[in-house]
Order: sequence, then structure tokens, then C-alpha cells
Amino acid sequence: MNLDLDEAAVRFRDEVRDWLAANVPAGPLPGVDTTAGDLAHRSWERRLAAAGLAAVGWPAEYGGRAAPPLHTLLFDEEYHAAGAPVRIGQNGLFLLAPTLLAHGTAEQCARILPPMARAEQVWAQAWSEPDAGSDLAALRSRARRVDGGWSLSGQKTWSSRAVVADRAFGLFRSAPGERRHRGLTYLMFDLRAPGVTVRPVRQLDGAAGFAEIFLDDVFVPDADVIGEPGDGWRVAMSTAAHERGLSLRGPGRFTAAADRLVQLWLHPRPAPRAVSKPPKQPWEPAEQDRHGDRVAGAWIRARAYRMAAYASLERPVPPSATKLFWSELDVLLHETALDMLGPLAETDPEWTAGYLFSLAGPIYAGTNEIQRDTLAQRVLGLPREPR
Amino acid sequence: MRLAPSTEQLAFAAALHGLLAAADLPKVSTAWADGDPGAGRALWSALAGAGVTGLLVPERWGGQDAGPDDLIVACEELGHHAVPGPLAESIAAVPALLTAAATRPGPREWLAALAEGRLTASLVAPPWLPLAADGDSADLILVADGAEIRQGHARSVLPSLNPARRLSEVTPGELIASGQDSRRAMELGALACSAQLLGAARALLERSVDHAKQRAQFGRPIGSFQAVRHQLADVAVAIEFAQPLLYAAAVALRSGPGPLDVSAAKVTCGEAARLAARVALQVHGAVGYTREHGLWRWLGLVRVLDLAWGTPSWHRARILTGLAGAGTSLPDGGFD
Repeated sequence: MNLDLDEAAVRFRDEVRDWLAANVPAGPLPGVDTTAGDLAHRSWERRLAAAGLAAVGWPAEYGGRAAPPLHTLLFDEEYHAAGAPVRIGQNGLFLLAPTLLAHGTAEQCARILPPMARAEQVWAQAWSEPDAGSDLAALRSRARRVDGGWSLSGQKTWSSRAVVADRAFGLFRSAPGERRHRGLTYLMFDLRAPGVTVRPVRQLDGAAGFAEIFLDDVFVPDADVIGEPGDGWRVAMSTAAHERGLSLRGPGRFTAAADRLVQLWLHPRPAPRAVSKPPKQPWEPAEQDRHGDRVAGAWIRARAYRMAAYASLERPVPPSATKLFWSELDVLLHETALDMLGPLAETDPEWTAGYLFSLAGPIYAGTNEIQRDTLAQRVLGLPREPR
Repeated sequence: MRLAPSTEQLAFAAALHGLLAAADLPKVSTAWADGDPGAGRALWSALAGAGVTGLLVPERWGGQDAGPDDLIVACEELGHHAVPGPLAESIAAVPALLTAAATRPGPREWLAALAEGRLTASLVAPPWLPLAADGDSADLILVADGAEIRQGHARSVLPSLNPARRLSEVTPGELIASGQDSRRAMELGALACSAQLLGAARALLERSVDHAKQRAQFGRPIGSFQAVRHQLADVAVAIEFAQPLLYAAAVALRSGPGPLDVSAAKVTCGEAARLAARVALQVHGAVGYTREHGLWRWLGLVRVLDLAWGTPSWHRARILTGLAGAGTSLPDGGFD
């Protein structure tokens, strides 16, 4: 179908496409959670920000262009189609920034968003704790009232990007008498502050993609509370909706992967040399016939996510449904590629890296079990399960 | 760009929902299944009054001259109520075929009769439609084979998996038109069928959710158990992400032939409907497996419509062929 883009949208898309074609690094940058990769990705983000492309949807005074949501979608598609680097600032850009714009003060936005856009400050998230995963309201890290602010103590875990990040945001228990969702405060803190210890945790791919954060009397000024003290759960849930929804995972990642999948189907990788080619068995189907149905099925699903993203400009899509769909889609795309590559799959760095990353999707940003429960309750109106 | 229904279309759907909710569809369907199409024909007249049967009929033959987007709104509601009959044929494909042949008086008269609800039409068009759905009760059967369109005559009735559907082998008869490109008409039929499937999926989910709220076991509504609610959540996700493809296909057909968008919609609406049907039966348990309970009307409909108007494999193969030809993702259009 033709998306009927208006003139401004076409102009914007062409600008992004041209800029990316001229600027995207030729080869892959070093891993984002290494020292070299940290530098390289920050430098990339600076160029993106200088071109006014770091966060086009933000207000202009914070480094954006006040562009309509359609432009954010177009940017996302172009960005992934161009094979541009991972956004090192994504926790800040896609999770904290929408929260600040909704709940933060003008002072906070002015102080935090511009350096975030230039990746001078990279943000980590600090939600989960050893005993508070899916049951986030069981969190125990404390914020104790002190003169001029708060003192944080406790332990956070599975903090994405915390190894290289400068600052982090998360929820803390600020009213000792209150339980569960009450008495929580949304705070931002400095990862280099006295009392903070970050212990890298290596992920399936061997890189330190997340970390544990130990907090021992870490001072945070009042200026770094988002929303009202004690109102943190409500503020955090708005971030969570962003995390699950289209803000974190635009369709570009998946349509780009689906296109690569189709290319792989059209042009199968050659077998290694020095191996004699075994005769084809009479019962063996042609290589392409074997996988065509699945490749098309995966491509259609990526297309569905893309169309849903465009439809969401006219009609809201529940974030829980969005998260379930994109996380399962990502696994499907990569599983299909691996199956098509066959015994050569394990040596393919591009697809195996994407595959490992896709396996995390159904777990992070609220496990898919939690999403199904949320959807069943909030969208379908089914009774709560006993807890 | 419209990937969601407009306010007017929502009102049209609501009016249609009201009409169908008052039409005692279980009785209509049971009679239809027993070979008595009387109540179904009365409903067809009522649908003509609501402007459904003439949606794709040109204004000068008494129709609405509406677009594919209005077509899917109507057909989704028809699927929602599991209305029996050759709907995608009568409302979508046949009017489009006849409009292209309307230089002759016969097709013009049939178009007017369709719009007025006096005529139902079935269609044979291999490989999608090898048999005429409800051909025994249809007033007109067309056979679209290549560039020729002939009138067809129903032979013996074959039983269908769907009790409220009666299939006929057809003998081709008089030539109605030749040298005609019937592809667009067929795409419109597949689009209408996709909309029926999505509507059926929605109805199956609604009924299952209602059942899961009311049916208690172990002292609690079964909808509070994760094993049940998670299945229903998956159905809701499938429906949520099928709808945009359906609307995208309607937008594509508004301005071009849109085969790949139609294929994507057909596959995805079919998948959503089949998942909804499996889960609905599982959630209802034994009572859903009975003919006393109404679930059969959707279960049968979904399984046969998923295979009509191009099987999922056929549509996936068409998509792959299109992608191979283009060699690219076609980011904004170019499907046509």
C-alpha cells in the first residue's frame, strides 16, 4: 500500500535517508558495553545530535524538532534500514525522556534532556532487585529523607547499560511504613557518586550488557525526584508503558530483519569449500521450497507490526499487546534465519548475535507472562488471578 | 492514510451490529444448515436496506459505489455475527465482475437486483474457489476462469465441514464476458473474506471472555486462571495485529491492485481467526462442542474461510514471489 506521506514527511524521510547514507559507519562499531564501544557509540550519537536527529519528537529547546509522531516512526525505519549503530542512549531517550516530558519539571527537562541527546550523559535503568523482578512492587531499596534530599541504600540488578552509563533512574521505598505500590519515589542518581558500586554481569553473548548496582548511603538532591515523593509507582508505570510500547521498539528493527531474512532466502549462503558436495537425495526438497512458507510468514508478521505502528497514530494499541507481539516476532525472525542457515548458522555472527538478543525480549520490559496477565485484566476485563 | 475505521464507519458498523443482533442469527443459521434459506433471504433483504448488498454496486445501478474500506467494515460485522451465505461473493467479487461487464443488460439487471437484495450470487473461480458456496440457493452463479466469465449451473450439493454452508459443483453455461481482467474482483473477494475472518475472531474472543468470566470451577471464575487468561490474551494480540493489515489492504485496493497487501491480510486474519477458534473451543470446554451451543457457527465458518479465497500457503507463496521480483522491502508502497 502507499502510505500517502505528506510533503513534509517525505522531505523529512529523504533528509534522514541521505544523512544516514552519508554518515553511518561502514563497519560495525565495537560492542556498546566495552570501553572502546562506549566511546565510539557516544561519538556517533554526538553526530546524530548535531544533525538534529537524536530525538526528533522532543521539543526544540531540548534538542528535538517537535516533529509529529509520524516522523519519529519514519526516523526509526530509516535508521534500522541503514544498519546504523545501537543507540547507546536508548534507556534515557526512550524510557526516561518520555517520563520527564510527562511528569518532570521544566528545570529537569532543561538540565537533563540536552546532554542526554548528545550522549554526554548515558542512562541506565534501575528497576529490578534480587527479590523484585516480575513483582516489582516487592522492591526494598530505600530512599531515606536527609537534609536537602534523599539517601539511597539497597541493591538493583539487571540494570541495562549500567557498566558504561553515567546516571540511572529507578524506584525507591521512601515511606518505611507503606507497603507494595505505596510510598515509592522515582529518583535519578549518579552512578559515579560516592557509595555506588557497579558490578558488571556478563550476558549470554559474553558481553557485560547489564550490571548489579549496590547503593550505600548515596545522596540524591530533591531536584532529582521525578513527580511527587511517594507517587513513584504511578510515574514509573507511565515509563513502563513506553518501554513495552512502540517507543522502545519501533518497527524498523523488525522490518529490517525481515528484509534480511528474505535476502537470505533469495541468496542462500554458499557452503564452505573443500567439502565435496553430496548428491541430492531424491526425497530432498529444493532448498528454497523448504523454507519459503516460514520466511513469508515471518515477513508478514513484521509487516503487521509496521502497519500497527502506523495505525497507532490513529488509534491507540495496548502496550502489553505491543510488547508481546514484537518480542515474539523478534524470536521468530531469528529462529527462521538460523533454521535456514542450517549447520552454518552457529558461525554466522550477525544472525547469532541478533538471535541471542531476541531471546531476551520475552523477558525484559516486563515478562510476557506479566504482559498477558495485564492484557487479560485491563483490556479483556477478566478477573484478577489470586495472588 | 487510514489504518483505522473513521467515525462514520464506526457508526455504520454499530448500526449493522444492531440489525444483526436483532435478527436471531442462531435460528437463521440453523435453518440455513437444514437447507431452508427463507430466513436467510429475509435477512439478506434487510442487509440490502442497510446498504450492505449494494456497497460495490455503482450508483447508477442502485448501489453505493463505496470503497474497499467500507466493504471491510461491513464484512467484519457479518463475520462477527457468523452470517451464513455466499457473502464475499455476493457483496464483493460478483458486483465487481458484473460492473466490468455492465455494457450488457444482463449484468446491469443483476447489479440492480443485488443492490435491492433480490438476488444472491455465488462464484466459481479456480484455484481459489473450485466449488460454488451455497450454489444451490444462489440466484446467480458466475464461473470466472481465466479471462472468460460464464454463468454457471449448480449440480449436486456436497456437504461442508461448516454445517451452514452448502457447496455445489458447477457446469459452466452461457458466456457473460470475455477478455475481462477479473483480478481486482478476486482481490476484493479475498479482502471481504479476510474481514469476515477478523470479525469472527473478535466474536469468538468476546464469547470466550464472557464465558471465562461466568464459568466457575474450583470456586473461582475460570478467567482468573493463568492457563486460561494467557490463551485469551494471545488471541487478543493476534486480532490487534491483524486489523492494521486488513485496513492496509483496503487502502492499497483503493488506489491499485494491491495483491501482496491482500495476501498479508488474508493470511493474518485467518491465523487470528483460527487461533481464536481453537482457544474458544478449549475455553468453553465440552459445552462448546455441542450443537445446542452456538459456537459451531463460528468454528465451521473460520476453518473453511481460511482455506477459501486462496489458502494461507498460496498467499504466502504470492508474497515471496512479489518480494523476489522486487528484491527489496518496498518501504512505502510499490506493492502495486
